[in-house]
Amino acid sequence: MKRFFPFLALAAAAAAIVVSLLPPRNRTDYDLVAFSRLPTLVNGRIKPLDTVARTSLLVMQGRQRVTAPDGRSVAPAEWLLDVLFRPSVANAYPTFEIVHPDVLALFNLTPADGAGGKRFSYNQLAPGLPELDRQSKLADGVESANRNAFQRGVIQLRESLVLYQHLQTSLAASDSPGFLTQLTHLDQIAHDPAADKIRRELSDTFATMEAIGYLLPIPPAADRANPLRWKSAGAAMRDALAAGKLDSATAAYVELGLAWRGYQPAAFNAAIERYRSELDRDVPALMTKCDIEARFNSAQPFATSMNLYVIAFLLAIVSWLKWPDALGRSAFWITALAWVLATAGIAARMWLEGRPPVTNLYSSALFVGWAAVALCLILERIYRNAIGSAAAGLIGFATLLIAHHLALGGDTMEMMRAVLDSNFWLATHVVTITVGYSATFLAGFLALIYVARGLLTRSLDKPTADSLTRMVYGILCFATLFSFVGTVLGGIWADQSWGRFWGWDPKENGALIIVLWNSLILHARWGGLVKARGLMVLAIFGNIVTSWSWFGVNMLGVGLHSYGFMDAAFWWLLAFVASQVAAMLLAATPVARWRSFSVTS
Amino acid sequence: MRTILRDLRDALVSLKLTVALIAFSIVLVLAATLDQVHLGVWAVQAKYFYTFIVWWSSGNLRLPVFPGGYAIGGLLLANLLAAHFYRFQLTPRKSGIYLVHLGLILLLVGQFLTGLLQDEYQMRLDEGETKNFSESYRNIELAITDLTDPNFDEVVAIPERPLARKEIIQHPQLPFRVAVKTFLPNSILQMRRGDAPDTEPLNSPQGVASHLVATIQPLTFKTDERNYPSALVELDGPDSAIGTWLVSTLLDQPQRFDFGGRSWKIALRFARHYQPFSLTLLKFSHDRYAGTDIPKNFSSRLHLASPDGRDDRDVLVYMNNPLRYGGLTFYQAGFANDDHTSVLQVVRNPGWLVPYIACSVMTLGFLIQFGLHLAGFVTKRRKLAAASIMKREDRRGREEDSVKPGFAGSTSK
Repeated sequence: MKRFFPFLALAAAAAAIVVSLLPPRNRTDYDLVAFSRLPTLVNGRIKPLDTVARTSLLVMQGRQRVTAPDGRSVAPAEWLLDVLFRPSVANAYPTFEIVHPDVLALFNLTPADGAGGKRFSYNQLAPGLPELDRQSKLADGVESANRNAFQRGVIQLRESLVLYQHLQTSLAASDSPGFLTQLTHLDQIAHDPAADKIRRELSDTFATMEAIGYLLPIPPAADRANPLRWKSAGAAMRDALAAGKLDSATAAYVELGLAWRGYQPAAFNAAIERYRSELDRDVPALMTKCDIEARFNSAQPFATSMNLYVIAFLLAIVSWLKWPDALGRSAFWITALAWVLATAGIAARMWLEGRPPVTNLYSSALFVGWAAVALCLILERIYRNAIGSAAAGLIGFATLLIAHHLALGGDTMEMMRAVLDSNFWLATHVVTITVGYSATFLAGFLALIYVARGLLTRSLDKPTADSLTRMVYGILCFATLFSFVGTVLGGIWADQSWGRFWGWDPKENGALIIVLWNSLILHARWGGLVKARGLMVLAIFGNIVTSWSWFGVNMLGVGLHSYGFMDAAFWWLLAFVASQVAAMLLAATPVARWRSFSVTS
Repeated sequence: MRTILRDLRDALVSLKLTVALIAFSIVLVLAATLDQVHLGVWAVQAKYFYTFIVWWSSGNLRLPVFPGGYAIGGLLLANLLAAHFYRFQLTPRKSGIYLVHLGLILLLVGQFLTGLLQDEYQMRLDEGETKNFSESYRNIELAITDLTDPNFDEVVAIPERPLARKEIIQHPQLPFRVAVKTFLPNSILQMRRGDAPDTEPLNSPQGVASHLVATIQPLTFKTDERNYPSALVELDGPDSAIGTWLVSTLLDQPQRFDFGGRSWKIALRFARHYQPFSLTLLKFSHDRYAGTDIPKNFSSRLHLASPDGRDDRDVLVYMNNPLRYGGLTFYQAGFANDDHTSVLQVVRNPGWLVPYIACSVMTLGFLIQFGLHLAGFVTKRRKLAAASIMKREDRRGREEDSVKPGFAGSTSK
C-alpha cells in the first residue's frame, strides 16, 4: 500500500483532470452546447454566449450554477436562453444575490424568502424597483470610497438588475409576445401600405433594443471578423425593416427564439446548425476560438487545480508526521499535476486574448500562484522534504481563491485601456514584477511553515531548519532580483510613455518598498543582525509588504495605476495583515517555548 | 578623540547603518504614498523627497518629524561609499556586489539631479492651432507686455513667489511699479452684483474685471484638478496710481491699457516655457474598442517646424510613443473639448539617460552575484548528495540511530 500510494494518488488526480476536460454534453434534446458557442460582441471582444452567460451569473449571484424553483439544475446557456426568450420563466429563477438585510427590507423580503437564504428572483424584486431606484440615486451622491455597506449593496443590486434587463432586451423585446412572429413576416410588413402603424411600433421597439440591448450578436454580411462592424439585434432589425428582409444571423436568432419559446428542439437545433455552418464557412478561426473558450469555461481548470492544491497541501503536512516518503512523493506529484493544469489554463487564456499572462488583477493572481508554485517544485526537487509541496499547496490554493473572488467582477478577459495596450511592456515589466511578488510571498510562506513547525510541533529538526533557512534566503535573493528588475522595467516603461523614469506614483512606490524590504533583509542577514529566526520574522513581514503593493495601493484610489480599484477586498487585506503580524509575534516567542527546539534528549 | 573618530568611522561603514537607512526610507516612501490621498503627488514630492527634513505642521506649529529624502539618500550614499572604500578588495567574487552598489550610487545621484533639473509643462492644442510654448501646470506668472512696437512685443514676466508675497515689484523695463494687493492661490470669478457693497476698499478695478469679483477657493491637490490663482494688482506711476486690475488665470484675454504714451497689456497666466520650434495639431484621434467606451488609443498628429527650416515634418504622438525633440519629451496626456483639443505633457529631463545606465549596471551586478551564489549552492549540493549516498551505503546493516539531534541551529549560537 505504502509503496503504491504515490501512483494511486497520481492516477486519481489525473483521472479527475481528464473527467473535467471531457467535452460538455447535452442533457436534453436541445443542442445547448452548440448554442453556447455562438459568438457575440460584448465589451469590445467577440466571445461565445457561454462566457456571457457565466460572467453575468457570476456578477449577479457569485456563482455559475442556477437552480430552478422546482429544484432542477439549469445550465448557464439554458438560463441565458430563458432570459432572452422566455422572460416569465427566467424571472422566476433566483439569480440575484442580496446579503444586506436592509437592502432586502426595501423589497419587504427576509432571508427566509430567498433560495439558500440569499438568492432572489426578478419577480420577487419587481415590486420594489422604484424604491431601489430612489435609494441608488441617493447612494450615487456618495463617493464610491465613502459608501457604507448598505449603499454598496444597493448600487451592486441595481447594476445586476440593469445587466439583467439589458440582457433581456438583446434579442427580443420582453414585453411583447408576438414580436418574434411579427419578425418572420417582416417582408410583408415592410411593403404593406396598411401596416404603417405596425412599422412605427416596430421601429420604436428596435430603437429601444438598440439603445439598451447588452449583446451585439449580429455579424456584418461581409468582413465578419471585424468587431467594429458587429451590430445589436435592434440595429440589424431596423436595417431589415428598411430592406424588407432579415439578414441570416438575425433570422437564425428569431428562428431559434421561436423554437425555444415553443418548446421545439428540432427547429431549435436546425436553426443553430444552419447559422453555425455559415459562420464556419466565413470565419473559421473565430469559431475555433469561441469553441475553445467555451470548452475552457466548462472545464474550469483553475477550480480543479485549486482542489488539487488543497489535497497536496494536506498530504505534505501529514507526511511530516507519517509516511514521509510515500506521502511526500504523492504531494509532489499532485502539486506538479495541478501546476501543469494551471499552466494549461493560463496558456489558453493567453492564446484567447493574444496577450502576455498578466493583464489585470485577476490574471496577476493566477500568475503569482503559478510562479510561486513553479519555484516550490524546484525547491522540492532539491530538498525532497515536502516543504516545497506544502508551500505550493498553500500559495496555489490562496492565489486561486483570490482569483476566484476577483472574477466576480465580470469577464476577466478585458480589453486593455489605452496606455496598457502594449504587449511588450506587459510581457516584460508586468511579468517580472509579478514573479517578484511570487518569490517574496513564497519566502514569507516558507517562513510561516518554519514558525508553525518549530513552535507547534517537534518535527523541525536541525537539518530541516537549516534547509528551510537556506530556502528562504535563496528565494529572497531571487525575489530581490526580480522585484528590482521589474521595478526598473516599469521605470523604463514610464520614461517611454510619460517622459519620466520615476514619478513617486503609489504603485511605483509599492514596488520600490518590496525591493527595499528584500534588500533590508539581505543586508541584515549579511551583517549578522539576524539569524535564522529573525530572518523568518522579516520574511513574514514581506507578505504584508507584498500584499500592500499588490492590493493595498489600489485601494488608495489615487495615481496613474489605480485602474485596479476595489474596496470589497479591503477587510480581507486587513485580516491578512493582522494574521501575519500575529505570526511574527508568535515567531518572537522565546526559543525555550519552541517545541522543536526545547527538546534535548 | 581617536576612539570617537574610530567609532564614527565604524558606524559609517557598518551594515547596521545600511539596514537602518533602508528601514527609514521604507517608512518615508510609505508615508509619502499614504499622504498622496490628501496632498497629491507634487506636494508630496516636495514635502517628503526633495527635502532634508519632513516637517509636521499644525497651525503655526512646525516640527521636524523625520529625515527627508535628501537626508536619507545622502547618508545612504555616504554609508555606501565609506563601506566600499574601507573594505574594498578587488576580487572577482565581489564584482557583482560592487556593480550593484555602483549602479545604486548612479541612481541616487541621478534622482537627485532629476529633482533639481526636471521640469514639467503642458501644451494644450486645439485642432489647427500652432504653439511654440508650453505652460506650467502649477506655476503662474504676471505678464506685462509692451505692445507699442508693431514688430515685436516686449514682455516682463513676474514669477509667482513675489506675487504670493504681495511684494512691490519694480523692473527696469517698466515705467511703473507693480503692487500686489491681494493674491488668491485658487479662486473662482463671479459677476459683481450691483447692489452688493464693494468688499475691497480700493479704487474700482479697471477693464473687463470691473464687473467681476474673485473669491478664494480651497487649494486642490488632485491630479485631475488645477488651482486657478487670481490677484488684484495696483500699478503706480511715478506721480500717482494708474489704476487697479483684477488679473486671473481664469480670464482668457489680457487686459489692455495705455500709459506714458505706450500701449500695454497685463495678464496673469500659467508660466510659459518657450521652445525654439513650433507644433501644430493636425488631428487628434480617440479610438475606442468596438461597441464600448473603453479607450483603445489616443493619438495626436502634429506638425513640427523649426525656425531654421531644418525640421518641417509631421509626427505622431500616441500612447507609449512620445515625441522626443529638442531636449523635451511630448507625450499624450489628455484631451478635451469633445475630442478636438489635445493635451500634451511636456517633460524636460536632461538626466533621463542616467537611470538606464544605472539600472543596467545594477542588473548585471545582481546577475553576477546571485549567479555565483547559485553556482556555489549547486556544487555544494552535489558534494552533499554524493556524501550522503556514501553514508547511506556505509550505514546499511547498522542499527538506525534513534537519538534525535538536539537543536544547535544558528539561533542559539
